[in-house]
Amino acid sequence: MALDEIKIGGLGASRRRVEDNRFIRGKGNYVDDIVLPGMLHMELLRSPLAHARIKSIDVSKAYEIPGVRLVLTGEMMAARNLAWMPTLSYDTQAVLATDKVRFQGQEVAAVIADDPYIAKDACQAIVVEYEQLPAIVNPFQAMESDSVVIRDDKENQPGNKIFDWEIGDKAATDKAFAEADVVSKMELHYPRSHPSPMETCGSIADFNRATGKLTVYMTSQAPHIVRAAVAMVAELPEHMIRIVSPDLGGGFGNKVPIYPGYVVAILASILTEVPVKWIEDKTGNLISTGFGRDVYLQGEMALRKDGKMLGMRMKTISDHGAFYADAQPSKFKIGLMHSAFAAYDLPAAHLESVGYYTNKAPGGVAYRCSFRVTEAMFFQERMVHAAANDLGMDQAEFRRMNLVKDDMFPYRTAFGFLTDSGQYGKCLDIGMKAIGYDTYKAEQAEARSRGKLLGIGISTMTEPLGAGNSREYDILGIKMFDSAELRVHMTGKAILRTGAMNQGQGHQTTWAQIVAHELGIPADDVTVEEGDTDTAPFGMGTYASRSTPVAGAAVAMVARKIRAKARKIAAHLLEVSEEDIEWELGRFYVRSNKERGVTIQDCALAAYSNMPDGMEPGLENNAYYDPPNLTWPFAAYFVKVEVDAETGVWDVLKVVAVDDCGVRINPMIVEAQIMGGLTEAYAMASMQYQTYDDQGNMIGANYMDYLLPTAWETPGFELHEVVTPCPHHPIGAKGVGECATVAGPAAFVNAVVDALGHLGVRNIDMPMMPNRVYEALTTGKDISGMPPVMMGD
Amino acid sequence: MYPSRFGYEAPKTIDEAIAILDKYAGEAKVLSGGQSLIPVIKLRFAAPEMLVDINGIPGLDYNRVDPDGSIHIGALCRHEDLENNELMEKHAPTIAAAAPLVSDPIVRTRGTFVGSVCHADPQGDWAATMTAMGGHIVAQGPNGTREIAMNDFVIGPFQNTLAYNEIAIEAVIPAPKGVRVGSYLKLERRVGDFATASVAVSLEMNGETVIGAGIALASVGGRTIDATAAAQSLVGNKITPELIAEVAAAVAATAEPRTDHRGSSDYKRQIVKTFVTRILTGLATTSQKAA
Ligand SMILES: Cc1cc2nc3c(=O)[nH]c(=O)nc-3n(C[C@H](O)[C@H](O)[C@H](O)COP(=O)(O)OP(=O)(O)OC[C@H]3O[C@@H](n4cnc5c(N)ncnc54)[C@H](O)[C@@H]3O)c2cc1C
Repeated sequence: MALDEIKIGGLGASRRRVEDNRFIRGKGNYVDDIVLPGMLHMELLRSPLAHARIKSIDVSKAYEIPGVRLVLTGEMMAARNLAWMPTLSYDTQAVLATDKVRFQGQEVAAVIADDPYIAKDACQAIVVEYEQLPAIVNPFQAMESDSVVIRDDKENQPGNKIFDWEIGDKAATDKAFAEADVVSKMELHYPRSHPSPMETCGSIADFNRATGKLTVYMTSQAPHIVRAAVAMVAELPEHMIRIVSPDLGGGFGNKVPIYPGYVVAILASILTEVPVKWIEDKTGNLISTGFGRDVYLQGEMALRKDGKMLGMRMKTISDHGAFYADAQPSKFKIGLMHSAFAAYDLPAAHLESVGYYTNKAPGGVAYRCSFRVTEAMFFQERMVHAAANDLGMDQAEFRRMNLVKDDMFPYRTAFGFLTDSGQYGKCLDIGMKAIGYDTYKAEQAEARSRGKLLGIGISTMTEPLGAGNSREYDILGIKMFDSAELRVHMTGKAILRTGAMNQGQGHQTTWAQIVAHELGIPADDVTVEEGDTDTAPFGMGTYASRSTPVAGAAVAMVARKIRAKARKIAAHLLEVSEEDIEWELGRFYVRSNKERGVTIQDCALAAYSNMPDGMEPGLENNAYYDPPNLTWPFAAYFVKVEVDAETGVWDVLKVVAVDDCGVRINPMIVEAQIMGGLTEAYAMASMQYQTYDDQGNMIGANYMDYLLPTAWETPGFELHEVVTPCPHHPIGAKGVGECATVAGPAAFVNAVVDALGHLGVRNIDMPMMPNRVYEALTTGKDISGMPPVMMGD
Repeated sequence: MYPSRFGYEAPKTIDEAIAILDKYAGEAKVLSGGQSLIPVIKLRFAAPEMLVDINGIPGLDYNRVDPDGSIHIGALCRHEDLENNELMEKHAPTIAAAAPLVSDPIVRTRGTFVGSVCHADPQGDWAATMTAMGGHIVAQGPNGTREIAMNDFVIGPFQNTLAYNEIAIEAVIPAPKGVRVGSYLKLERRVGDFATASVAVSLEMNGETVIGAGIALASVGGRTIDATAAAQSLVGNKITPELIAEVAAAVAATAEPRTDHRGSSDYKRQIVKTFVTRILTGLATTSQKAA
């Protein structure tokens, strides 16, 4: 009989996470848990200044401290051609500073010592003489013609501009504006935020002189990219490099780039011939590693007076810090910013993007953002909110009128993407019902009469996930496919390896469910392994919600290859021809006699013990999956708030999330992803940001300044589900890891702005801290830009 | 985060602890809950040579009300012990109201009331509470004990008047003249965040008439602000909306907030005014009901 798919942990089973067993017992295996014999410890000395010329570095005092084995400086790196390294966006980044420091927290020197305490003491004993230079802390300063050039290390880099880029149809957009009845404008800043994973970055480099092999245990979301990069940078043969990512304590895009610490630790191990461990501290992580956003977004929408969207002009000015180190598809300079408005039937659009160097930490593409989609969708939903208000239309009705309708798929967006499926109107309806939208206007008016400020914010979006097809998506020329390898043992148990890299998403749990779905092997019988480049097949790693769309598809495809072979074995065992064999979950049977059948486990045993003549023994295979298109999940989020008019404090009364991420492999994990994302959305909307004072000192380098919400203040979330399977993904899944972080923030901001709408407030930039909301509601003015910075407080 | 090297002693008596402090002549620090001291050591903002852990000293973890009505809080009484505490709800409502607002539940299980007052953080909730309630600290040193009134104890940011060889062994709040009422309000961006503004109010009532009034503020100046003088117009009167408005404005004027990322100085004064108004309005209602 066919198996009960839920019972064997197949698709749709809210199977408990396999990983959690070890995590909740404290038995996870993180980089810092690994102890190798004779291991030394490395600490980095970071620059206290944002922009300064290095006049001298004196390490002699550091060497006087007992237990110090090696001190590395930029000069020593340079002697080995390692002072600079390539970034994932065709730029270069300093490993240890030689000429200048270009942001506060930049790596200046490294101490390798017997323990991390000694290494830290020795870092404090290094004397660096700096000559301070003016710091550039935003793109507007960077673009001034007389501003100091940050990247004077580069030839052909006259100013601080990194790129100028545009996409869309300018002429068609101009025409739309010429024909518009109403033009609505929006201008905002998406603050710099930081993924701040619970585990910071770190590595243990272990170079074995005898074998010539370099093993690096590290916190990487994309170990194979690291191996390729190390092969190129360190000029070591690729087969002699093994990158192992053990358990990761969160990543959120923070652990995609290659950081100086990794490179220095590798050289240190080569020089000392013992393993060298480097574990970044929390401030090191917050101050120097991949951040998210920091983009100024401006735009205007051309509208017909009945509410029809006609065209969109958009401009972004982005702050990338001192090095252009964004990890993103190389064809696009500002990620997938042009996915903005993909959910709307918008005839014409044009985007102009300019990126600048500043004296700030490098990065930009991190924090569950799917290559800048977060900024795109935030801007989109703030713009849509303003446009509806300018037209005097209801927020929900304006969206319903302009969202792409179910019968319009496949739909080519104004920027050229092809969306392929969705039930946007249905999601909107479910959300409106759940939040109580029909009675809300009356409720709001009544509350206002009592001096209470109520608001509802809506955010609807579709975002492009699963980069991506090899025609368009590559990083440093390597196409963004992914892979899976499946080996079924003779007793029908199996091991699966993929090129993705779990960092909390639950791959160990969900990949096994896909195998269960495709082969009927219970999920509990499938081991999942990732992260070791010596054993896992090549893949581009996990970020941008690409695992299920790409690696997950590869899992289904390799399982199907296994099933095809098992079918031949089944025919052999049942002594019928292959054409007479039928499949039901977990079992092949003879079409004419359903009772006569063999299980997948029978076939597995036969693959090792009784294979048909001429068949290669064993039951294993691999699959490399090049997705035909991106996947397009849809989300409709509703937030209801009440603002305290005397303090500006806003309380979240209700959050409703309607997500259509296609087929859900494990609904419980999907819901957890959505709740996590909504929490981050709430965090950014309410309290979380990094900023810099005019000297380039970072505010947000510790958890006193960089606020992560706790369970205490995080609101509850009501989740709803709509399923429109992805038409091209083997199991119909679309990816969900980032939807709520992407679409969530605008729902919160729209709600607060709605509560204050009658006072003339059009925009409050995040973070909407009580003082900013209070200022908006007492003055009726917009609040733009970052909160002021006062140091020493 | 790796602190500098330090020594560690865990004496079993107060006398032993004092002897170690004395020996290190200013280079030793008392460790109680560690919720402020450990962060500064870990960040290397402080590098004491010796930590004197008083957690092993028996008999310091009490909170009690003596027959004379005075409240005594021992050096090892944790924030958490004052939460959901019937004695405090009855005799020290300001403490009862503040307890669940101090930091987060995790910190509250370790941090101590007395340690917080000693730390003298301008943002600390307990120093403000003690000030509003007119409390004092009992310090013990090589030559015995002495009492230090709050205004003489905290003299600046992170500065108290303990000698290097003294330990604060308890906090005392004297018996009220009538019935003590009060509350505590605080604006923070997130639980455990240092506050934007906090207000402690403690009144002594005879029926509906105020016979004693103390108000103190945290986070709106370089130290705990004693706004008691601004509250004196309440004394001898019933709490009326007019009086509330007058006192709220007067208290807000005593605040010395700085403009920073938590808000402008005007905004912080507005919060103080709002909180004083809300607390006094609440107390007026309950005292009317009681009367
Ligand atoms: C995340 C976080 C959030 C926080 N939020 C808040 C908040 O919202 N409000 C608030 O008020 N506080 C807050 N705090 C501080 C917390 O309340 C501390 O517990 C308190 O300030 C110090 O008490 P402690 O017992 O931990 O003292 P310790 O950290 O052990 O010591 C603090 C200082 O006082 C000295 N000291 C301690 N006890 C004595 C003694 N008996 N005699 C002499 N000297 C002594 C120490 O030598 C040290 O200098 C927070 C702390 C953290 C970590």
